[in-house]
Amino acid sequence: MLQRFFRKYDTTDIVMWLIGAALAVIVIYGAARTLAVGKYSSDVWRDFIIFGLAQGSVYALIALGYTLVYGILFMINFAHGEVFTGGVFTAYFVAVALANSGFSDEHWILSLLILLAVAVVVSMSVAVLLERIAYRPLRNAPRLVPLITAIGASFFLQYTYRGLYGSGVKTYPDIKQLSGTWVFFGIRILRTQAVVIVASVVLMVGLYIYVQRTKAGKAMRAVAEDKEAAALMGIDVDRVIVNTFALGGALAGAAGILYAMLFKQVNAFMGFIPGIKAFTAAVLGGIGNVPGAMLGGLFLGIVESLGPSLVLDGLGIRSPYQLKDAIAFLMLVLVLIFRPTGILGERLSEKKA
Amino acid sequence: MALLELENVHSYYGNIHALKGISLTVEEGEVVTLIGANGAGKSTTLKTISGILQPRQGVVRLEGRNLTEYKAHEIVSQGVIQVPEGRRIFSRLSVRENLEMGAFTRKDTAGIKADMEKVFTLFPRLLERENQVAGTLSGGEQQMLATGRGLMARPRILLMDEPSMGLAPVLVDLIFDTIKELNEEGMTILLVEQNALLALDVADRGYVLETGTIVLAGSAKELRENPQVKEAYLGG
Repeated sequence: MLQRFFRKYDTTDIVMWLIGAALAVIVIYGAARTLAVGKYSSDVWRDFIIFGLAQGSVYALIALGYTLVYGILFMINFAHGEVFTGGVFTAYFVAVALANSGFSDEHWILSLLILLAVAVVVSMSVAVLLERIAYRPLRNAPRLVPLITAIGASFFLQYTYRGLYGSGVKTYPDIKQLSGTWVFFGIRILRTQAVVIVASVVLMVGLYIYVQRTKAGKAMRAVAEDKEAAALMGIDVDRVIVNTFALGGALAGAAGILYAMLFKQVNAFMGFIPGIKAFTAAVLGGIGNVPGAMLGGLFLGIVESLGPSLVLDGLGIRSPYQLKDAIAFLMLVLVLIFRPTGILGERLSEKKA
Repeated sequence: MALLELENVHSYYGNIHALKGISLTVEEGEVVTLIGANGAGKSTTLKTISGILQPRQGVVRLEGRNLTEYKAHEIVSQGVIQVPEGRRIFSRLSVRENLEMGAFTRKDTAGIKADMEKVFTLFPRLLERENQVAGTLSGGEQQMLATGRGLMARPRILLMDEPSMGLAPVLVDLIFDTIKELNEEGMTILLVEQNALLALDVADRGYVLETGTIVLAGSAKELRENPQVKEAYLGG
């Protein structure tokens, strides 16, 4: 009996389970301690969750860019974080101009839409140029080559932004109408967070409908599955690939504006961390899987928001919020170890990934 | 003028000289078959016509237009569509979506709808499974889907690559009955098939390929009765 057990599972498996079980115990112990002490009221927990949803929906929008491109080219576009930066950093200057002229005070919705349009167009252009210049010539190269190029492109873009827009941290002007809170069904929500959540939901539903229902979306799925067969049906594969990058870029641009509403600050290197977190979210949900990226983003956002106060606080760690990025990346490691296909993904193994 | 014409076509896979000067014609309304052993260049010929492979030499003409100047996806709108070897259906798309992809280059919504009805009449099994993910279909149903998907382009000529491959005999008969039926309605078909007996049964004419060259051409009847063909491809 014991022998059969050992034949089926080797030492590594058992060690991994023990690590997993130990982590589970720590998480449960920390959470139980925090709740027993009762340091936070239920209102505070609710705020943590809402903030988690808001930042998670930003991660989800960026994650969609990774997942769409991976779905088609089986390539991780590691410069996607910089696609995100391009839009929001460029729109910053427009935001300042609109604020100084007093336009955004009077027409805040219109001015937000203008910023959104600027960010979307810039991010989209960066994504499309990236594909055209950095990735397309390497379409048939070994898989490692475009990955290295992507990292190079990422640095290139970071320093281009720094050169063009300056190296300092810049702060987006406040929108007066969005300071304060709204009350929905008796729940008090920061206005910015409400806008971020609603806008993300609209974008995600829109994307889902685009991919599932429109002819271009179906062509995208067909190309993801079999490029040669798609070409034999008359689908212009190159154009579908460009569309995919453009779509991912547009979502990253929109995510940038939402990010600026939550965190206010922009700089040339700001895309790196959200980029990697969105990548984590995409892996978490199952890379290549559109609903997976959405789910993974929201999940990561909430874990990151709740984790420090729920678990780390209870463990007696002094400054738990400093560790929220560590929690995000610990999640990445755990997912890769315990469920490399992600929450919704079973495809990774069956494809030539 | 022939509907489809290949003139001294040479194609390569890297440095491998796969087609060594293929010349053939397909007239409007004909079923023409290419027979030959594995690796003779049958599929390569279809790939070259479809633009997946660029010939290094020679011309492919459809109604006089030089197809080698077009990319693979443009050739479909010129009126040539291929039902590829191994079906190559989009397994994660639904049956209906697969058919829609066949009509990708078309814009006439009413015509597409009518053609979809036609495909469903031709293959009622596909109608039953309309919203099912195509990967769940059986091999025979997948071949029906691949054929239907090709028809959705409303092609001038349908290229079929090994439609009988891996199918049970009953289903092979069904697919070949469909080929006959389509041809009777006026469809021009270029058929690549390992099962030479079946192919010559539905075809008007045929070409025999050996290592990238055409070694024999003639009417289906002539080929069936040719002693060499009999011995090599029809099992004596």
